[in-house]
Amino acid sequence: MEILVCVKRVPDTSENEIDINSDGNDIERDDLVYSVNEWDNYAVEEAIQIVDKVGGSVTVVTVGDDESEEVLRREMAMGANNGLLLTDDAFEGSDGKGIATILKGAVEKGNYDLIMTGAQADDGAAQVGGMLAAMMDYPYASLVNLIETGDGKLKVGREIEGGNQEMNEIELPCVLSIQTGINEPRYVGIRGIRKVASVEIPELGVADLGLDAGAIGAGAAKVKRLDYFVPDTGEGAEMLTGSTEEIIAKLVEYLKAKGGLK
Amino acid sequence: MAEIFAYIKHANGVADDSALELIVAAKKIAPDASVTAVVTGTGADLDTICNEMATVYNAVWKIDNAALAYPNAEVIRKALVNILPGDSIVLLPHDTFGMDLGPGLSIKMDSTFAADIVDIEGVDGGTLKIVRQEFSGMASAHVTCDIAGGAVLNIRPGVFQADENKYGGDVVDKSGDAGDLSTKRTFLEVVEAEAGDVDITKSEILVSVGRGIEDEDNVEIVFDLAKAMGADVACSRPIVDAKWLEKSRQVGTSGQTVKPKVYLAMGISGSFQHLGGIKGNPFIVAVNKNMKAPIFQVADVGIEADILEFIPELTEAIEGL
Repeated sequence: MEILVCVKRVPDTSENEIDINSDGNDIERDDLVYSVNEWDNYAVEEAIQIVDKVGGSVTVVTVGDDESEEVLRREMAMGANNGLLLTDDAFEGSDGKGIATILKGAVEKGNYDLIMTGAQADDGAAQVGGMLAAMMDYPYASLVNLIETGDGKLKVGREIEGGNQEMNEIELPCVLSIQTGINEPRYVGIRGIRKVASVEIPELGVADLGLDAGAIGAGAAKVKRLDYFVPDTGEGAEMLTGSTEEIIAKLVEYLKAKGGLK
Repeated sequence: MAEIFAYIKHANGVADDSALELIVAAKKIAPDASVTAVVTGTGADLDTICNEMATVYNAVWKIDNAALAYPNAEVIRKALVNILPGDSIVLLPHDTFGMDLGPGLSIKMDSTFAADIVDIEGVDGGTLKIVRQEFSGMASAHVTCDIAGGAVLNIRPGVFQADENKYGGDVVDKSGDAGDLSTKRTFLEVVEAEAGDVDITKSEILVSVGRGIEDEDNVEIVFDLAKAMGADVACSRPIVDAKWLEKSRQVGTSGQTVKPKVYLAMGISGSFQHLGGIKGNPFIVAVNKNMKAPIFQVADVGIEADILEFIPELTEAIEGL
């Protein structure tokens, strides 16, 4: 099975406090720790496991700049066979539909049976996989937490509300967005990354992908972020301060009063 | 202004909470707009929901087809594309269903897609101004959407509170326009969640642990605290993903919905999916070393601390009472 996994380099929200810059037009990006989007790691792991079982290859692709190459190498160190960096100044400012359009260019240059994305990334939109599928006229399933391979089709489980799982049969080629927890992504050590450090990663731009420049980038974006801001959330929590002993004493009083101790 | 439609999610003859929230969101886009509920399904349950929505929405479009008995987003997408006017504004809940349907629907309707909308500021010409959150809720953003050619707008569940306004209208049967509903994805069955050894939905006191616990070996200190308090242990999604605790202990929209009196969120950032699983307005204590964590916006009491240091000290203090 030929599998394409779309990945993204994002600020690691478990490692960073996100602050908004003084102009309010971006977050403070100095000193941010970046990593591959958490969901994407699960997608790559799943792709590798499928190929281990039924044969084929895994290609990882991202839309970004030179710095995004590091996430491709990381996923190749996990076991992805090929990397593709889609990069062009004209991609700048693309909205979700623009990104899906760019990825469609890459899909059409290959011969993939299965395309995977993470269920969502740093902007929380969960949109690119579903858009790409619709553009390709491929069937789509989101929030997939189980994949069983079959002949020309897959059986996939989708995470739905209440811890339940919705089972579907889906024809290939298809697009799946992968939910965390579907597997346990393998650990990648520094040695693994060194091994793929010199592997060439092709870079493709507007012309290579046969894209209409009018359909991508800031000019085509119908969804645009104006600013970042700190919402007025009212009072928020009463922060307990003081020494640890003082904080614990106050907290214990609250717990007693609210029925939090039996 | 294009017509506004809200897709009504329902199961077993009961409308989803989002059914009454989407009309509130729609009226924030255009207070005077006629808002039509679109209800798909089949049989008596479908009629029940249509009649209920006819008391609330300005109009109801009913689409009855056996292929729509289970809400498979791929099938529903085809029906909506066939039935809705091209420049429609379509509202969906941003949940496991809306995420499945919305992005592809926007492509097929050649309209604009905006996901996980938490507030609507209004429309200026063909431009809708909304509020979204990014970076796990740690930053909010104003976003503009060009909706002149139509839009699919996924609305975060729970942020637009259902109100008492009842507009009322007729049920129009659009079943004949649904067209070809064959798809390459077939729904098979729903596999129900397995019950665990503890039913946290019945717990009065929950000590809930998140990513801040850092390592599987540390989970033990959470059980120690829970034992001292007479509480049960719950958790957020990353703990289940890492298989450190069983799925039945996960609080959130994709896990259990709990209604304790007291909820201790230990090292939990507080994604909206997690908060969506906490009902009944409990007293919430949040302990987190990241002051930007959204959990502090909803907690009653907050403590900035590393739970690995704080939990053992709290346990010791409670044991000494």
